[in-house]
Amino acid sequence: MFAFIINRILQAIPVMLAVALISFAMFAYVGDPVAIMLGQDFTEAQRDALVHDLGLDQPFWVQFATFTGHAIRGEFGLSYRLSRPVAELIGERAPATLELAFCAAVLALAVGVPMGVYTGLYRNSWLSRFFLTFSLVGVSLPTFLIGILLILVFAVWLGWLPSFGRGDTVQLGWWSTGFLTWSGIKALILPSITLGLFQLTLIMRLVRAEMLEVLRTDYIKFARARGLPNRAVHFGHALKNTLVPVITIVGLQLGAIIAFAIVTETVFQWPGMGLLFIQSVGVADIPVMSAYLLLIALVFVSINLIVDLLYYAVDPRLRIGRGKGGH
Amino acid sequence: MSNTAPLLQVKNLRVEFPTRRGTLVALDDVSFDIAPGEVLGVVGESGAGKSMTGAAIIGLLEPPGRIARGEILFAGKRIDNLRYEQMRRLRGKEIGAIFQDPLTTLNPLYTVGHQLVETITTHLPLNPAEARKRAIEWLEHVGIPAAAQRIDSYPHEFSGGMRQRVVIALALCAEPKLIVADEPTTALDVSIQAQVIALLKTLAREKGTAMMLVTHDMGVIAETADRVAVMYAGRIAEIGPVREVVKHANHPYSAGLMASIPPLDRRVERLAQIDGAMPRLSAIPQGCAYNPRCPQVFGKCRELRPDLLDAVTTRAACWLYDTETARG
Repeated sequence: MFAFIINRILQAIPVMLAVALISFAMFAYVGDPVAIMLGQDFTEAQRDALVHDLGLDQPFWVQFATFTGHAIRGEFGLSYRLSRPVAELIGERAPATLELAFCAAVLALAVGVPMGVYTGLYRNSWLSRFFLTFSLVGVSLPTFLIGILLILVFAVWLGWLPSFGRGDTVQLGWWSTGFLTWSGIKALILPSITLGLFQLTLIMRLVRAEMLEVLRTDYIKFARARGLPNRAVHFGHALKNTLVPVITIVGLQLGAIIAFAIVTETVFQWPGMGLLFIQSVGVADIPVMSAYLLLIALVFVSINLIVDLLYYAVDPRLRIGRGKGGH
Repeated sequence: MSNTAPLLQVKNLRVEFPTRRGTLVALDDVSFDIAPGEVLGVVGESGAGKSMTGAAIIGLLEPPGRIARGEILFAGKRIDNLRYEQMRRLRGKEIGAIFQDPLTTLNPLYTVGHQLVETITTHLPLNPAEARKRAIEWLEHVGIPAAAQRIDSYPHEFSGGMRQRVVIALALCAEPKLIVADEPTTALDVSIQAQVIALLKTLAREKGTAMMLVTHDMGVIAETADRVAVMYAGRIAEIGPVREVVKHANHPYSAGLMASIPPLDRRVERLAQIDGAMPRLSAIPQGCAYNPRCPQVFGKCRELRPDLLDAVTTRAACWLYDTETARG
């Protein structure tokens, strides 16, 4: 088990290095930071001094090594746009994105899984058909459209919920949370639905398909033939067997929720990492962009590791080193 | 046998599958009894309705299949029209089932102990600790070595034969009065088959459990069953004591089936076979379903379907045994 984790972490290193290389390369190919930092009027001497200060006159590999070394320590330099350390900027924005992603993921799971189980068990019922039609909407409508529609209905027409921002937040150390104030919670509702709806419908359809598959298996038939109550058959035997593919997809989708909250954050002017990223793209604020890229890669790599560990928890066939069968 | 009340009575059972292209009749007019402690073998080609009969008895017909006519009585009470929940209480407790493939009948994510304990506690008034003790006893009973240690193993840690033993323990652990065993040895190695059949036979005898043994292995039937029912195209072609059916089958189909068992005592150039194939459910010929393949076919066979008729040693659905029919 321990060896497995070490092995996975070692495998993750080349991935992270490759991403680091890409985010480093952005500095060289996207815009000229020197020109951006100097502004309109400068002398040749000022320019050379800046190039030297920034270490841009050194060979590529030395620059990359320096960059990687700094990145490991969480140093990504100053934002061109805001002239503040990138790590600090991301640190400020991360709680907003993580809270939003958490709410969206909880919503997607807490609603998507039961809906999937229900539509799998009662596939011909009226409600199942309704859920399936509804899920088509969720899968096919683009996120920005859903967000704008929700704003139109709940913020503009009904006036129940705010249309933008996080509401009031409470500072817990470096973490700013919206969970502790009423306006913070209200502000979370629309963005969470917008961000989570696609995942919700995806999870629902996946769980449904897996349930239909599993309910046809011999061990479910045998569980029924043993006279087990429906609850035990459906939730004990059937649902657990759908979990491996569901965990895989949910893991990847959770990464996607964090990484691609950009659209939702833009629509709701949510002060998270995604909004920071999109604003940085607008002015070619490369330190922020490259740090964001690395962070997202790290999120995906970590989630994949957790997903692999969950497989072990769910499926005994993957565990090795236990007593061998009488073959 | 005639003086004991039957444990299971199947009367004129008809199972239909409504499809878009009309209704398919999977079973028609199937009637038989099983006495307490008796082993009834059910044989026939694939698709003859053997497994379907078993599924109808345990109340687990795959939808849209449904019982359209007839009755199933267990210990004198009708069970074919019970609600799901009432039938569930009978399953496992009164009527156990064993399926064909032990590799797929056990849930891979739970230990065999978990699956045994949940079955025992569902049906018997035992607490989990007692149920676990009972589970270990059952594993010992079905011949799992070191049962106390193996109880916490997962199904994939057992071989096929061992898994079928676990399945048998699961089917018997609430001590049902009837076991529906649907081809319990088909998926096993030949060398294991005999062991599993012997085990089933011993346990059934010990506990006085009746058994409906579905198989297409005539050897298994000859060794295990008291009586045998031969099925063809959703109907019973012949039913009678195993010795009579195997040695002196009366229905031309059963005779053909028995003749196709290769003899061990002499070399044959060509194995005997019945020409043609069993008709599909959607294209069952008029009259006797076997008439296109029957070597003794005559006029009436092509017009009317025979019911089970008295053929002295057995009962056969064949016009040859109709006293009013002149042989053609």
